[in-house]
Amino acid sequence: MQNGIVLSMRNISKSFPGVQALKNVDFTLRKGEIHALMGENGAGKSTLIKVLTGVHPKDSGQIFLDRDGSLKEINVRSPQEAQNLGISTVYQEITLCPNLTVAENMFIGRGSYRLVNWRTMKKKAAEILTKLNIPARATQQLGTCSIAVQQMVAIARAVDMDCRVLILDEPTSSLDEQEVEKLFSLMRDLKSRGVGIIFITHFLDQVYEVSDRITVLRNGELVGEYEVKDLPKVQLISKMMGKDLEDVSAIKKQSVDDEKTDVPPVYEAAGLSSTNCPNAFDFRISKGEVNGFTGLLGSGRSESVRAIFAADKITGGRIRVNGKEVKIKKPRDAMKHGIGYLPEDRKRDGIVEDLSVRENIILALQVMKGFFRPFSRAEAEAFADKYIKLLGIKTASMDTPIKSLSGGNQQKAIVARWLLTNPQYLILDEPTRGIDVGTKVEIQKLILKLAEEGVSITFISSEIEEMLRTCSRLIVMRDRKVVGELKGVEMTQDNIMHMIAGEAVHSG
Amino acid sequence: MDSLIKKLARSQLVIPLFSLLLIIVFNLVRDVGFFSISIVTNNQGYPVLSGNLISILNGASAVAIMSIGMTLITSCCKGQDISVAAVAAIAGSVFVSVLRSREITIPVLIAAFLYSCLVSVLFSIFNGILVAVFRIQPMIATLILFSAGRSIAYWINGGATPTISNPLLAAVGGFIPGIPIPTPIIIMVIFLILISLVLKFTTLGLFTQVVGINEGTAHLNGINPVVVKLVAFVISGICVATAGCITVCRIGLINHETLLLDAEMDVILAVAIGGTALSGGRFNLYGSVTGAYIIQALTVTLYAMKVPSAAVKAYKAAVIIIIVVLSSPKVKDFIVHIYKKLFKKQENIKIPVKAA
Repeated sequence: MQNGIVLSMRNISKSFPGVQALKNVDFTLRKGEIHALMGENGAGKSTLIKVLTGVHPKDSGQIFLDRDGSLKEINVRSPQEAQNLGISTVYQEITLCPNLTVAENMFIGRGSYRLVNWRTMKKKAAEILTKLNIPARATQQLGTCSIAVQQMVAIARAVDMDCRVLILDEPTSSLDEQEVEKLFSLMRDLKSRGVGIIFITHFLDQVYEVSDRITVLRNGELVGEYEVKDLPKVQLISKMMGKDLEDVSAIKKQSVDDEKTDVPPVYEAAGLSSTNCPNAFDFRISKGEVNGFTGLLGSGRSESVRAIFAADKITGGRIRVNGKEVKIKKPRDAMKHGIGYLPEDRKRDGIVEDLSVRENIILALQVMKGFFRPFSRAEAEAFADKYIKLLGIKTASMDTPIKSLSGGNQQKAIVARWLLTNPQYLILDEPTRGIDVGTKVEIQKLILKLAEEGVSITFISSEIEEMLRTCSRLIVMRDRKVVGELKGVEMTQDNIMHMIAGEAVHSG
Repeated sequence: MDSLIKKLARSQLVIPLFSLLLIIVFNLVRDVGFFSISIVTNNQGYPVLSGNLISILNGASAVAIMSIGMTLITSCCKGQDISVAAVAAIAGSVFVSVLRSREITIPVLIAAFLYSCLVSVLFSIFNGILVAVFRIQPMIATLILFSAGRSIAYWINGGATPTISNPLLAAVGGFIPGIPIPTPIIIMVIFLILISLVLKFTTLGLFTQVVGINEGTAHLNGINPVVVKLVAFVISGICVATAGCITVCRIGLINHETLLLDAEMDVILAVAIGGTALSGGRFNLYGSVTGAYIIQALTVTLYAMKVPSAAVKAYKAAVIIIIVVLSSPKVKDFIVHIYKKLFKKQENIKIPVKAA
């Protein structure tokens, strides 16, 4: 066996319409190791896993799997095939049946259509549960177990199917500390049995607690593979956020002097909180200012801007718009006060996929205009035409369903939707995610141009470089709390990372 | 030409119009005089239009009107209201009970209709609240009134099935003296005009589809999905009451057990044939109305072919399977695929010709 390598992926490339999701990525997994796969949103983690498990076919590259001591090339065409080869995945959401028993869950759908021998099944399940120290009875209904135990049953099911590569995709995101500990001891146990584990998470501490090695991806490219002990936390963060897009150095931001006190801020919130953002925070933005929320995925940055737009149920806080106290309880209120919001998840919250580009563009303005005052076809076409030209949206026609556009062009259409409402304050949550580099630059330029015209903008991006380039003030978040604010010369990548890591900030 | 074909391929109206055309051609081949319209004198002594075409248009009115409401509900709630026929029976019973309480004049007739509309809308809102607020599957939510509706109708007239005969009712269900077109057809046309106006002068169409396709986006763009769904149910309530009252007028009595029996399935079928996906989203009201006429045309054709009435349903089912399969995405993709193949071949042939 070559250095105990169990899985080796070489030069994997994969592109989707408009995006290169993976560019010549290498990944190596050794026997009996826990290997963390790290990267921000859109880095290509999940695409890599989906290529490995046969969900997406790869464009090029090779995958080798250890078989009887030597690496052989494999061609995985479906998740079923991956499972037969010993590659199992346990997803974030439990994909088992909660109303069946633990034993049933461990053995259903395993490819044999013979009659079930309930007694053997129960006995075998009980054996595995004891062997892996899982605190559940074979005859218990799965739904009555805690989420952690359910997660473990899913793992036990995978392990029993002779898996040699176990992929854990965000297994800890819904577990509490004790449950995480239990899961980790199971992972260590499996590791000692020689299973190679790929661990995907966005909790940095957990990575350092349990992993042996880390592979970092960014923008679909391999940043590197590191031993955990050689890579301090701050360096990991910098590698994840990275530096690229050097070609946009031409972009120059305007520094807005927000100390001017004669004009009240465009938007100001005190003690704002929502159901998804329980820790109250203060926030303000002046006319023509570009600021941003930064922090790792899951730090609460999206939840904060959702609270500003009242996308979730508001639980507290006082809001002033242009100095006047107002009530913003639902998105419609925010829109009335000239606030626009481009959501993080374009597919789930942004586009109306079956409707045309034209209908998608006029949607927000139409809602504001009112139910009994629809735009005529000619008016709507004029609006759509103007913004398709202005933003350079590439579409066959304005009547094309938006779902057939590329990601970047869909995003531009949603930007157009909000620009059409002529907002005084625009919130852009990850507008550059999952779109090609050219469009990313265009969107950043657009942000600065709008700010110059007096629109206030809150910008969120997983790519710290983008934020440093466009924002004049950054609010740093960790664990759903605002941990600090940086502006002017303090705004450096180092300081942001130290603040996220919870260390002291070096001035200058 | 190419763009026309593309447009047709995308349009939801292709299959329903094609099916309707097919039925018409089939009938014309079978019997050239099938669609001939003659003028006869009815028993009141007025000249009226008569013929298969008239009976198709006339007979489909109730289902066509109800299919308008069903289309809206399907689009935004991603499910169907299976209680429409039962609620129509309630509306019809209310209509009759008001009419029987006093002398029938035009104002009383209008009042009775409005009253039955109100009752029907209230029941429809009950369905709407279960679906929109409590997020119960539409078919399950409306199962309640589907089972209980006809019993409620039974109580309204104290268990009786009273007949009512009056020239005014005959005018609504049959012919207005002096006008040779059956009144239900006129009412249907008025309804279509009204709904076209509503679609033109409100954003109902856009909002309904946005809610049906992506509720998250609807919410974040300031649309209240609950309100949109309730509006769909209210409109459906009015449609259902109208259908119920027309049918009562046509047959001259209310029978809570048989009024529009099984019509809900025809209504849902009309929506499906009309090109609106039963899983919601994009809708086509005119397609649904066309669907209702297709179903009725089919029934009339089968009767004309002397198919025994007990066997009609089986024949209907067979034809409907063909229509539904033809309009399935798989078949559509297949047709587009074949079209592209043919088109490409032509291109390949053209190139060497040019080179030569």
